[in-house]
Amino acid sequence: MGDAGRRAVVRDSLAVGVATGTYGVSFGAAGVAAGLDVWQTCVLSLLMFTGASQFALAGVIGAGGAPVSAVAAALLLGARNTLYGLRMAPLLAHRGALRAAAAHVLIDESTAMAVSRPTREQVRWGFWTTGLSVFVVWNLTTALGAFGSAAIGDPRTYGLDAAVGGAFLALLWPRLTDGRARATAVLGAALALLLVPLTPAGVPVLAAAVVALGMGLRAREVSR
Amino acid sequence: MTGWDPLWVAVLVAGVGCYLLKLAGLSVPERVLERPAVRRVADLVPVALLAALIAVQVFADGPRLTVDARLAGLGVAALALLARAPFLVVVVLAAATAAVVRALGWAA
Repeated sequence: MGDAGRRAVVRDSLAVGVATGTYGVSFGAAGVAAGLDVWQTCVLSLLMFTGASQFALAGVIGAGGAPVSAVAAALLLGARNTLYGLRMAPLLAHRGALRAAAAHVLIDESTAMAVSRPTREQVRWGFWTTGLSVFVVWNLTTALGAFGSAAIGDPRTYGLDAAVGGAFLALLWPRLTDGRARATAVLGAALALLLVPLTPAGVPVLAAAVVALGMGLRAREVSR
Repeated sequence: MTGWDPLWVAVLVAGVGCYLLKLAGLSVPERVLERPAVRRVADLVPVALLAALIAVQVFADGPRLTVDARLAGLGVAALALLARAPFLVVVVLAAATAAVVRALGWAA
């Protein structure tokens, strides 16, 4: 690959990385609004570093759910990164410490910016540039959002509770690519609402995973 | 040592767990999860969970269901997504809408 090709990959990856990383400010604010303290919010971005799981944990805690339900929701959402890993492992071909480090920045964006590159060198440049730039910006802006939100008082005055719903919708939107996904979303939301008055907080969200299981297994009969 | 803050335990356990899920993907042989049904379910789990999180985040008030300014925020967020607005714009518009609706006293 020429230098020009590599520069193009790095430029695109940096643009995506920096743009994505700035969402961290909304997570920082959401984490504190949900009742986590500033340090817990920042540690989530450093250690967990996968946005949807972080928002899910904060969302369940904010709704008054048990910590164990919050952990389960975060892990269920984090399981998609396992699939990204299966996809990326043969393309990256990293071993040992490099593989352990790569796992930390294995997220939606680093996978998306690497997976379709024509050469291994471009795959690696796309993956690492995106992953590391998201990591740096995401953690800086999380701290900004968390400290800022802790300083301004009642988050509802600023609509920060509504911001979390908006963030989830923006995360969901690009996944509604076909009828099965849209039906799964509607059924998952309906089941959760049905369960809100009947079960402890956190359970309605986890129950929606059953909808995914049913729709995923049922789809085989439909498609063949 | 007693009295560990359950929130800290949740943050650390979920954080380490999410890392191990990533590492597992890079480490296990690909064929283990290659079956189409497994892949389909795995694709749909985030869809179902995110939809449920939206529903609970917008309509739940403790164990009760309610309609308030958060729904206006979600509606504006959907319009912004239809207009292909970037993530941060969507989130800020959702918050600003709810804040304005509350400031005007149109909803709680």
